[in-house]
Amino acid sequence: MYLLLIFLPLLGFITSISFGRYLSPKGTALITCSFMLMSLFLSIVSFFEVGLCRCPVYIRLAPWVDCEMFDASWGFMFDSLTVTMCFVVTSISTLVHIYSTGYMSHDPHQPRFMSYLSLFTFFMLMLVTSDNFLQLFFGWEGVGLCSYLLINFWFTRLQANKSAIKAMIVNRVGDFGLAIAIFSIFLVFKTIDFCAVFSLVPYFSNYTILFLGYSINCITLIGFLLFVGAVGKSAQLILHTWLPDAMEGPTPVSALIHAATMVTAGVFLIIRCSPIYEYSSDVLFFIAIIGAITAFFSASVGVFQNDLKKIIAYSTCSQLGYMVFACGLSNYSVSIFHVFNHAYFKALLFLSAGSVIHALSDEQDMRRMGGLIRVLPFTYSMMLIGSLALMGFPFLTGFYSKDVILEIAYSKYNFLGTFSHWLGCFSASITAFYSFKLIYMTFLGNPNGFKSSIQGAHDTPFPMGFPLAILGFFSIFIGYLTKDMFIGLGTPFWNNAIFVLPQNLNIIDSEFIPIYVKWIPFFASLIGSLSSIFIYHFFARSLFKIYTLSNVFNSVYVFFNKKWFFDRLQNELLISPLLKIGYSTTYKLVDKGLIELFGPSGLGKSALKLSKQVSLLQSGKVNQYAFLIFILLIVFISITLIFSLFGSYVNSEFVFIIVLCMFFNAIFKKQ
Amino acid sequence: MLIDLCKFLLVAISLFFIGLCGIMLNRKNIILMLMSIELMLLAVNLNFIIFSVFLDDIMGQIFALFVLTVAAAESAIGLAILVVYYRIRGTVSIEYINLLKN
Repeated sequence: MYLLLIFLPLLGFITSISFGRYLSPKGTALITCSFMLMSLFLSIVSFFEVGLCRCPVYIRLAPWVDCEMFDASWGFMFDSLTVTMCFVVTSISTLVHIYSTGYMSHDPHQPRFMSYLSLFTFFMLMLVTSDNFLQLFFGWEGVGLCSYLLINFWFTRLQANKSAIKAMIVNRVGDFGLAIAIFSIFLVFKTIDFCAVFSLVPYFSNYTILFLGYSINCITLIGFLLFVGAVGKSAQLILHTWLPDAMEGPTPVSALIHAATMVTAGVFLIIRCSPIYEYSSDVLFFIAIIGAITAFFSASVGVFQNDLKKIIAYSTCSQLGYMVFACGLSNYSVSIFHVFNHAYFKALLFLSAGSVIHALSDEQDMRRMGGLIRVLPFTYSMMLIGSLALMGFPFLTGFYSKDVILEIAYSKYNFLGTFSHWLGCFSASITAFYSFKLIYMTFLGNPNGFKSSIQGAHDTPFPMGFPLAILGFFSIFIGYLTKDMFIGLGTPFWNNAIFVLPQNLNIIDSEFIPIYVKWIPFFASLIGSLSSIFIYHFFARSLFKIYTLSNVFNSVYVFFNKKWFFDRLQNELLISPLLKIGYSTTYKLVDKGLIELFGPSGLGKSALKLSKQVSLLQSGKVNQYAFLIFILLIVFISITLIFSLFGSYVNSEFVFIIVLCMFFNAIFKKQ
Repeated sequence: MLIDLCKFLLVAISLFFIGLCGIMLNRKNIILMLMSIELMLLAVNLNFIIFSVFLDDIMGQIFALFVLTVAAAESAIGLAILVVYYRIRGTVSIEYINLLKN
């Protein structure tokens, strides 16, 4: 049953990619959706068995890499963390599959799309169920591959190609960190099995290894490198640039990437490796700082975006920041709770944005929308639920996790806690601001769209509306229903899946903070949302005038709208020098230079030249031949004599290299 | 038998090198070259004989006889080739014998 849960999506992928042509779009949709539904059912059963009945399952399926020193197997581990993630992934993925049957119904490549979605789900399940780092890496890379395929789904669009390549390459940086982390884990622990590594961590907390010539605490190094991987996948600051660009893909893909698969993988990695992180406070500090800054940064950029999907993308980035800094403050269970909740309301937001875009025939710019509440009432209500849940409106899903994150941040009572608490509260306010900006500009404000696009608009058909309704239900209730199970005091749900050092535990402290601090996030988001509606209702025109008239406001607007110039900084400071190095050094000097010289063409030319020089010796005069024979005879005899005398003192390899160099020097001297 | 081997060998080697120099330094006459080759063969013969006496082994002397016959036949062939060559080209100067080239 547990294996079937993972491999059903793969089966769906294989069937629909191989026989999609014969099965017709409807047939493939039926097959992939039914496989996903079965997988969802199995994951609910496993959630019951593993999560609620507390029976972790370990399956060692087959050996994979099996030599004396290194042992990695196809193994699957189902503990509470895994089944939670499995439930999130399969439920969101099933709904997205169903939604796609409606959303992509006009696309001629629908079978391919459905098969990629299934493959995506399979790799994500592989990632969360693996029992060693190598298999996790397999799922990790597979998820990256699928994101590339799906972002690039409309492969004739240049912008989609660019974004897909960007996602791939930016993720490669993080994957590089993860790969080195796995290498160093093997170097230190001689195994990459989760159980073995995590149980050995406490004994290695004072062990240092040499890295780039510096002696570093091995746990700190491993934690940092794992975090680099997580930064790439979870779009934290510096490596976040791929996430907003990934909006070029079809909207169901964005929902899948942002809610269940892909971006949660980084957070999952941090939570899975909690035993490692707990022993390196330096890395935890770093994680919390990066997470808090990401939360604030993305929120601030989100305010100034005009693309419907980009706003939601930045809000994901911001929420990921919350999850990461919750991990940095050692509250992994709160973080996974936020992952769990966020998945539902973010999928809801994206899918309703998708149905707006679908209704307006692929119009994404919010400035050309407005007044859609009369045309799309159902989508409006879903979007409202999603936004309220996102900004943490009391007793909706987001409220239960987001407020707890901010409370635990406050109750850390150190620099780190205060830093992330205030940045978090501020971003909560901004989140509310742009959520209501989105709702106001899309649904409530004056209609600004073209008549032709609004004329043809219709509310969502059933296959798209049904997932929305379910997600809307979940966005309202799931936080309330699962709060005590996930983060209730002394909950036995997590067993050993999450490890927190007793001195880092502070969820109890968060219950005793002053009552007005608990109100801060609520009032922050209330102020944000009200001011948003106020500004966009009364001052939209004067806002525009301020932008155009005042140079300062204009430059501020450009600064935020262009994402703090992060892309430009990266392009000019990093990418163009790297490209230059790649062209002039790697390509021109090494590939076309050295390797050509010592490789094929160089050898060919040198053979020609050498044979020409040798043929000069052929004078046709017998006496010269005799002279040459004599001289060379003497040379060879003396070489053997000299080597027999001094051979033991001379490194023969060195002599060989010198002779080779002289040989090449002689050949290329005249070129 | 007391023989100072080195002195005997010195004679043979110097004969050999005289023959070698005759080949290498001579640029004009091909008959001279043939004679130098004969000289080198004789030097080698001398070596054979010296060692046969030194080691008290008759094989060396027999070998020297064989070499003598072969050398005689070879020089006869060489002279015959020269005669034919002179008839065709009208010269036996080494400078103009470069048919081996190209």
